Amino acid sequence: MKNMLFGLFQKENLFGGSPEKEGIILNEDGTFLPNQKFYKNTENSNISVEGLDVYIQNQHILKNINLKIPDKQITCIIGPSGCGKSTLLKTFNKLIDTTDGVRVEGKVLVSGENLYSKHSDVTNIRRKMGLLSQRPCPLPMSIYDNIAYGCRIHGIRNKRKLNVIVEYYLRAAGLWDEVKDRLHTPAIRLSIGQQQRLCLARGLAVEPQFILADEATSALDPISSKTIEELFVKLKEEYAIILVTHTLRQALRIADYVVFMYLGEIIEAGPAQEIFKNPKKELTQKYLSGAFS
Amino acid sequence: MKLKFIEEKIFKVLMILSTLFVFGVVANILYTVVKEGWAAMNWDMITKLPGGGFYIGKEGGLLNAIVGSLYIVGASTVLGLIISIPVVFYLNVYRSRKSKVAYVARLAFDIMFGIPSIVYGAFGFSIMVYLGLKTSLLGGIIVITLLIIPIFIRSMDEVARELPKDIIDASYSLGATRLETIKVVIRQIAPGIATATLLSIGRAIGDAAAVMFTAGYTDSIPTSLGQPAATLPLAVFFQLSSPIEEVQQRAYAAALILTIIVLILSLLGRFITNRFSKNKVQ
Repeated sequence: MKNMLFGLFQKENLFGGSPEKEGIILNEDGTFLPNQKFYKNTENSNISVEGLDVYIQNQHILKNINLKIPDKQITCIIGPSGCGKSTLLKTFNKLIDTTDGVRVEGKVLVSGENLYSKHSDVTNIRRKMGLLSQRPCPLPMSIYDNIAYGCRIHGIRNKRKLNVIVEYYLRAAGLWDEVKDRLHTPAIRLSIGQQQRLCLARGLAVEPQFILADEATSALDPISSKTIEELFVKLKEEYAIILVTHTLRQALRIADYVVFMYLGEIIEAGPAQEIFKNPKKELTQKYLSGAFS
Repeated sequence: MKLKFIEEKIFKVLMILSTLFVFGVVANILYTVVKEGWAAMNWDMITKLPGGGFYIGKEGGLLNAIVGSLYIVGASTVLGLIISIPVVFYLNVYRSRKSKVAYVARLAFDIMFGIPSIVYGAFGFSIMVYLGLKTSLLGGIIVITLLIIPIFIRSMDEVARELPKDIIDASYSLGATRLETIKVVIRQIAPGIATATLLSIGRAIGDAAAVMFTAGYTDSIPTSLGQPAATLPLAVFFQLSSPIEEVQQRAYAAALILTIIVLILSLLGRFITNRFSKNKVQ
């Protein structure tokens, strides 16, 4: 056999196609072809939110949210501080459940499956949603283990397979060349921009369908944020990216679809061009012109 | 000179004096133990069991007490860790910060922390009498485990409460269950676990009151859990109360051995803690 074939997770479910096409192909000596893509998100992944209300300690945080998030695009959620942007993002991966005194009503449908039905499988849902938080948060382990952690949890134990996954996703996040000689050093020794890319790679390694980013560039220096933004633009071919952002400029640069929120409600949502050029609501106009923030 | 500068100077001197006082006490203890103990210290002390005339100043050593102490401390440290890690994990990952259960549990551990060791000893003794057990290694291990569990839990809990929520969220968001997240939590609180272990060992190895009625004392090395076991603190206690001068000196030798063991463990603990903290997320 000339090449070694590797598939990840349950091939049939995740990759759709034949393993030859979508599995990882290794050369005979175990090296890996850097430009090949082994994960292709073929599922039509979409999130639609129907009549979502969220209460935290009896405060009405999100009010009757109805929203459809398009696949393979960058959706930016914008709005002033405290308008519920992050809370909305947290309802997508059910991380909101870990908040004290929270009550969620309504539906969040991911590929037709309601996250808030009784039978939903939390861990599987969270795996589908790669999360990138405001401050990069590497796990207290080595660079290698940070990436391998998620894969190990989902049952990949084979060392060679893990090596390939780690290399592939570090390359995908543009971090490989910087860290390949110190994979087994603690992740916290990386610079903060590198840490954020590591977190991205870590999220991608469990093969999500969505990337949720909560002001993922606000703690980074301009160059690192630019790198992350460029990665997002590249990654939207494969994933639906939902980005909460404070900086309107960032939304202007990379958004395909924009959701404007104010005081827990969605004021306006639509393609970026429309929202930025001809906002229909007065509040949106005011916000975009910088009358309040 | 302005008044506040004088004030500054006076308080600085006071702080230095307090620090020196503490140093002085430590140095004095070490000096006394070494000076008194060194004379009676010889290779026999740590390699031989007490001979027939040991308690009137003749041949023999303290191997029985050294081995007994190490048995009890080793076993109860392992048991203590096995029991406390799940408790700490439950309080910090499964229970929210404001949880009443966690509050009551922490209060209980604080109370346990404050109970004097003689009370643990008396408690263990009464249970052993009730069950018809004799003084034994097992009894000593159980009571010492009870004694150090609150130390374990409280000192690990202090570190675990500082656990950044982001780390746990990060683990969840990769699809980990709460139980799988323990891997992350343990790595993050590893320095805390090392410190807790050190404190617990220090308390366990030095406690005489808890083992007096439960582990008993013997001149041989126990070969099963049902046999009594000697311990170093009791070796100090019994020999120091002897009227014979050689025997009294040997009490200091026992104290010296105890101190050296604790010193070695402390240095080892420091080393391990430093190794474990390298991955810790600030």
